Amino acid sequence: MNSSDRAQDPFSWTLVFLCWLLATISTLGSLFFSEVMGYAPCILCWYQRICMYPLVLILPVALLPFDRNIVRAVIPLTVVGTLVAGFHTLLVGGYIPEDMKPCTQGVPCTEFHINWFGFVTIPLLSALAFLLITALLILAYRRSSP
Amino acid sequence: MKQKNLILISAIFLVLAFIVGAFVYRSQKADAAGQAYQRDKTSYVRPHSPGYGHPAAKVDIVEFFDPACETCKQFYPMVKELMAKYPNKIRLYARYTPLHQGSDTVLKMLAAADKQGKFWETLEAVFAAQSYWVSQHRARPELVWNHIGNVGLDLARLKADMELPEIANMIQQDLADARTLNVKATPEFFVNGKPLPTWGYEQLKTLVEDETRAAY
Repeated sequence: MNSSDRAQDPFSWTLVFLCWLLATISTLGSLFFSEVMGYAPCILCWYQRICMYPLVLILPVALLPFDRNIVRAVIPLTVVGTLVAGFHTLLVGGYIPEDMKPCTQGVPCTEFHINWFGFVTIPLLSALAFLLITALLILAYRRSSP
Repeated sequence: MKQKNLILISAIFLVLAFIVGAFVYRSQKADAAGQAYQRDKTSYVRPHSPGYGHPAAKVDIVEFFDPACETCKQFYPMVKELMAKYPNKIRLYARYTPLHQGSDTVLKMLAAADKQGKFWETLEAVFAAQSYWVSQHRARPELVWNHIGNVGLDLARLKADMELPEIANMIQQDLADARTLNVKATPEFFVNGKPLPTWGYEQLKTLVEDETRAAY
């Protein structure tokens, strides 16, 4: 079953592989921001990390050999990650008022450390990564249906 | 098999990119910090900061320290040994960083001792007796008095000086500079403005060696 899935649709395998690449780049990128550049992650960043980091370890299991059920299992993580990252992006962008932010006193979630081209912030990168991963995983799951 | 290799090679490539990126970022940042330091030493050394070693030395070690910090005590002889290795080439500056409860009072004592020109002698006595006046990471300044009797301080004057607003301001200033320079733990060192790449004595030694070679 597994090997025949893989044989049937190498395209799905490639999609999930791309998701794993994206997740690994996002994970290492976030670690670069916090451990190398010294930006302390706020509480919303941590929730996004909780949704992103497991993908780095779980997706290879879905790839070797290809297993669409594992792909299905991680989609809830990426959906929650997308929601948190989307909320965080709107918060940083000022679209959600201050009093709604659920942050502790430590590191304010509205603080932003990078601002490329005037609109690219860390939460926006995170939201795009989660959105893309979610879309690709759903596509891979659908395409590989037996 | 091919798929397995693809994942493995990608993983190795990404991790290597991370390591190289971290290395490049850190060394660029250290260079920038070193250049900024040569232009403006304000946040690193204040006029009130006690210095030790030749005044014209070209290599400055700035140490943010807490008298109640055990690692600071352990580092002290090691830093002095390092300075002895390069006589007259290194100057050490002490910055007050009270991170333990009660440390600020001990730092006031040290700052007041500096007014009598006996900062380093007092610091050595305070470090030597550290286990007697620090318990469970809490400083008990009242016990320090028993251990600085042999330094040769005018204790009545020291007590009066400790209450001066200028002494309290020095400690506030140093804490503000620690925040500016992102110092979160003690001892934290800057060698000619460059932070340690990662914390540790070997890293300090290497940085001092590099800076001394570059300056002389």
